[in-house]
Amino acid sequence: MPLSVNPPLFIPFIVAGDPTTDVTIDLALALEEAGADILELGVPYSDPLADGPTIQRAAARALDGGMTLPKAIQLIGEMRKKGVNIPIILFTYYNPVLQLGEESFFALAQENGADGVLIPDLPFEESGPIRELGERFGLPLISLVAPTSKQRIERIASAAKGFLYCVSSLGVTGVRETLPETLGDFLREVKRHSRVPVAVGFGISTPGQVAMLKEVCDGVVVGSALVQKVEQLALRLQKPDEREAAVAEFAAYARSLAAPLREPCSSR
Amino acid sequence: MIECVPNEYGRFGDFGGKFVPETLMLPLEEIEAELDKALADESFKQEYIRILQHYSGRPTPLTFAPNLTQRLGGAKIYLKREDLNHTGAHKINNAVGQALLAKRMGKKKLIAETGAGQHGVAAATVAAHFGMDCIVFMGEEDIKRQELNVFRMKLLGAEVVPVSSGNRTLKDATNEAIRYWVAHCDDHFYMIGSVVGPHPYPKMVREFQRIIGDEAKEQFLAREGKLPDVIVACVGGGSNAIGMFYPFLQDDVRLVGVEAAGKGIDTPHHAATITKGTKGVIHGAMTYLLQDEYGQILEPYSISAGLDYPGVGPEHAYLASIGRVRYESATDDEAVAAFQLLAQTEGIIPAIESAHAVAKAVELARGMSPDETVLICLSGRGDKDVQTMMRHLSAKEGEDIAAVR
Repeated sequence: MPLSVNPPLFIPFIVAGDPTTDVTIDLALALEEAGADILELGVPYSDPLADGPTIQRAAARALDGGMTLPKAIQLIGEMRKKGVNIPIILFTYYNPVLQLGEESFFALAQENGADGVLIPDLPFEESGPIRELGERFGLPLISLVAPTSKQRIERIASAAKGFLYCVSSLGVTGVRETLPETLGDFLREVKRHSRVPVAVGFGISTPGQVAMLKEVCDGVVVGSALVQKVEQLALRLQKPDEREAAVAEFAAYARSLAAPLREPCSSR
Repeated sequence: MIECVPNEYGRFGDFGGKFVPETLMLPLEEIEAELDKALADESFKQEYIRILQHYSGRPTPLTFAPNLTQRLGGAKIYLKREDLNHTGAHKINNAVGQALLAKRMGKKKLIAETGAGQHGVAAATVAAHFGMDCIVFMGEEDIKRQELNVFRMKLLGAEVVPVSSGNRTLKDATNEAIRYWVAHCDDHFYMIGSVVGPHPYPKMVREFQRIIGDEAKEQFLAREGKLPDVIVACVGGGSNAIGMFYPFLQDDVRLVGVEAAGKGIDTPHHAATITKGTKGVIHGAMTYLLQDEYGQILEPYSISAGLDYPGVGPEHAYLASIGRVRYESATDDEAVAAFQLLAQTEGIIPAIESAHAVAKAVELARGMSPDETVLICLSGRGDKDVQTMMRHLSAKEGEDIAAVR
């Protein structure tokens, strides 16, 4: 089934196995309840080039717990059994996919109920074969554009499936206090070329930013801010008698970030 | 016949390419376009050669090693003396080339990664020479091991940023340099120190290092009236080796790359990427690397910080895959023995990296006839390694004494 979604989109990101697989399932359920439209599930990697310190630390925690790409994919299957129904996008660097085997990767992802794949270090020029394979398994490869994409935007947007991921600013993932002034123009330019919803990510961490961005795009991806919250709550999330309260606190935080998307739009 | 590589996608056969975040694609395209223009521009080449002659002391000599040759009783051994470059190693060739390219592109801020500090020093040096800013990323572990080079970079006016992620060595410093570049690609130039990374870096660094082989070929022909039978060079990322091998690829010359076997290739403590690694992606390139079955990159080990890298240049991966270059390895102990041997026979203290090449060359030369020749790329000098050597040898002595008791 093709990945079809209705804007405005709230797309949270968490890391599989951070701090444990059980907790990740609870967090996914909480995010769905908090209004997530799509879940981006990060696969931890030893050398995450596109990620800042927050997600690097989360990946290290998950790897220390023994997380691997096959286990992360199987975790989606577990989530489906526990009642997570929203689309799930697997976010993984390319090397683990290569080692599992591209075809095995897609087969396993399909079997476990994933809905799409995002590979941050596989730019458009290198992505042809994987894109085709994804189509064959019904798992679209989510495309990314960045502020430096310029003349590349049109080409990338024309192949986009599901939604188009816009990188808000130069740099790696991580909370940013301010977003570039030119972001609005960039997003409008991308929207002009895109036939699928345009979601923006990298550095989005406050309801104020979300409120501002919903005027110029179709959704937001929130990663590091949520992962930071998981880090703060990590100990409580692992204590049986405190987990429920900690999950509720996480859900409330996620809901506060999603809230501006649910209010009527001021200018569109 | 060797294919003309890399192709338009930056591929050397199956290897190479550009596996980077989208943000870096345009900066890479810009570098590629400017590099092609620069390489076709006679005045660029002249400027590059002029600086290497007047500032770095090129051409570096080709030295016959009579005592070592006599001691081994086999092939005649020659050394290409990259150790006599300004800053003590071949790294300056590439640093000058890339700084000139940065200047051409109007960029005045350099980013570099460094392991032992040799490339960091070269980058800091050219930054001072060209009046540029320089920020060097270096793992905290390497900062501890290479205090002197850290101070040297600071003396030269560079900012040294300690990297605390991962195992805090070269791999992590490279990650951090790339992350910094992603955030600052609008006004910074990333100066990679080896033939690694995304296209066009492996090609660019090769073009700025091939001067080693070009000079050596001419010097060798003048001296011996023929080409060497065997050429040996050490391989970490592999820039001195590519620089030396490239002009000889089409010739009837045996080429041998020597990786670091650390404590042995059958232990987990080595950096023998081609010998023991598998195909995958590291730092933006498809190549051989040391990784676990799930594709997580493993930490390499070598006594030599310059060879202590879990990947290898994609052109080396290609040359290995087609069998044009043979890749072997030398252990810490073999490198240390070769280090001492060259020092004592010829009065030349090689970098511990280069000593790996010497170790393999010694082994090969022994089995060859006196009318055959072996050329070693002596990529750097060993001043920086004297302390490591002191520690290593006194620890060994301790072990030997304990064993006797």
